Amino acid sequence: MLNEAAVKELNEIRQKYPNARAALLPALYIAQREFGHLSPEAYEAVSEILGVPKAIARGVATFYVMYKHKPMGRNIVQLCTNVSCMILGAEKLVDFLKNKHGLEPGGTTSDGRFSMVIMECIGACGTAPAMLVNDDFYENLTEKYIEEILGKYK
Amino acid sequence: MGKVLLKNIENPDSADINEYKKAGGYSNLPKALEKQPKEIIEEVKKAGLRGRGGAGFPVAMKWTFASADPKFPKYLLCNADEGEPGTFKDRPILEKNPHLLIEGMAISGYALGAEYGYIYLRGEYPEAKNILNRAIKQANDNGFLGDNILGKGIKFHLAVHQGAGAYICGEETALIESLEGDKGQPRIKPPFPVNVGVFAKPTVVNNVETLSNLPYIIEIGGDAYSKIGTPDCPGPKLYCVSGHVEKPGVYELPMGTILRDIIYTHCGGIKGGRKLKAVIPGGATTPILPPDKIDCPMDFVNMPKHGSMLGSGAVIVMDESVCLVKVCYRILKFLEHESCGKCTPCREGTGWLRSILGRVEGGEGMEGDIDLMLSVSGNMMGKTFCPLGDGAASVVQNFIKHFRPEFEEHIKNAKCRFK
Ligand SMILES: Cc1cc2nc3c(=O)[nH]c(=O)nc-3n(C[C@H](O)[C@H](O)[C@H](O)COP(=O)(O)O)c2cc1C
Ligand code: SF4
Ligand code: FES
Repeated sequence: MLNEAAVKELNEIRQKYPNARAALLPALYIAQREFGHLSPEAYEAVSEILGVPKAIARGVATFYVMYKHKPMGRNIVQLCTNVSCMILGAEKLVDFLKNKHGLEPGGTTSDGRFSMVIMECIGACGTAPAMLVNDDFYENLTEKYIEEILGKYK
Repeated sequence: MGKVLLKNIENPDSADINEYKKAGGYSNLPKALEKQPKEIIEEVKKAGLRGRGGAGFPVAMKWTFASADPKFPKYLLCNADEGEPGTFKDRPILEKNPHLLIEGMAISGYALGAEYGYIYLRGEYPEAKNILNRAIKQANDNGFLGDNILGKGIKFHLAVHQGAGAYICGEETALIESLEGDKGQPRIKPPFPVNVGVFAKPTVVNNVETLSNLPYIIEIGGDAYSKIGTPDCPGPKLYCVSGHVEKPGVYELPMGTILRDIIYTHCGGIKGGRKLKAVIPGGATTPILPPDKIDCPMDFVNMPKHGSMLGSGAVIVMDESVCLVKVCYRILKFLEHESCGKCTPCREGTGWLRSILGRVEGGEGMEGDIDLMLSVSGNMMGKTFCPLGDGAASVVQNFIKHFRPEFEEHIKNAKCRFK
């Protein structure tokens, strides 16, 4: 079950919409945050609070890449490889993360410290290559800079 | 002309309501509320404002349809999905000038008779979400939003709805589906959102940049506004330039600025003085242009006459070091991934095109692959449910049209010389 604070948060968000179904995307975000990923328990909780069938919730969630369906590392490295980043060397950075840090696209390090996801454009093309670590933007990436950034996340 | 959309953003506290007010903000909402809603729509019509989300649709026309529909309540949705690769123009407004957007939405909401608004914000902008939520709270506390705006009994409530990583949700009917808590798959039109939109009510969807023009239109009036930029496409425009230029970034310039000037004058030319190879002028899915075709005015009316589209104003500049087969492959890989799967030509076609491009790029292309790609894209064009599929076909067709020898070379030599 979701804890009391999360239920309260969700009920407040629910008030922003004329019906409960519209609160499904934010509810999935809250459940993902609370359970770590969208586990069966997470769907159970969302379904119970919003009255949306679990199968529907799952069908919607799997359409969107930002919902996670397996346990993730404590920090998520989200590197963009779309055109503007690609032509400024993003693919070399993918290799670097793999070879130097054992970070494979779609994978999680064995110590659970990092997961890595390849992103489509994240709206930082003017300062490419770019990535998000959790909710933080990092731009004009180089191997050296990535080294520094990763050190900040435990 | 001073900056309108990027005004004051050098100020580190520009997102705060007091700084916005100090710079003249929230002085146009009271002026707008003195007018009749119809008069505001008339000003927007005189201004000649076109939507900045990609299609350049006349704003006043869309608003007139929605305001004429007798159903209530009406909704105003701000499209802040900004997913077209190469696009980062709405982000500075969202992060640095959120009150400009909020003031614009309050004015637009009043003009439309809309009582509820949502900002559909892409999930990849977590910082913008916090900034917008704080700004909305400030605007509510100051009486610029809520049940009784400026004591005039006018109601407009605004909330942020966070997307979850799906490019197709930028398409307005997919956006509506997603806001309703569903998969982001486009709806058939008609009915159009202006009549049957979100929650089956009349709905206007406009881009962040579009709505952020409203305070300025009220400030100087539609006639004066229409003198900025080109006659068919007035106003200031945000161009976001990335890739191999000396000074990439977001530039606010009059609509219709010549593409060559954007690259060579404003952005300082090609990085390291290297040679220009190609430009994608309006975001990854707009037609690519070779270097001899960049003397075109960057607006919605002129770009199609010059073989491309203004799209989101996202200029991607590529120098000679770039393999265009690879770029084309990367765009199709993106579109295959983002195809919502609703219609067959797009769902299957994007996959086939990506696969053929992949083998050509990898040195395993076969004779006839170029014609095969033209045939596949020809079978997609005009046969898909929404513009994503057409866009995919057009990307491939235009890369081949302008750079066919580079594709042929990959096949003939069975390798990519850029590796
Ligand atoms: C695949 C696809 C993606 C789109 N993405 C966006 C987007 O990210 N932002 C946006 O404002 N418009 C986007 N649009 C355009 C919208 O459908 C719609 O035309 C626009 O939001 C209308 O606002 P405007 O008239 O102010 O431009 C997209 C369209 C398509 C077909
Ligand atoms: S064209 Fe593509 S994205 Fe658009 S509805 Fe069809 S499958 Fe979905
Ligand atoms: S292409 Fe990487 S941030 Fe836009």
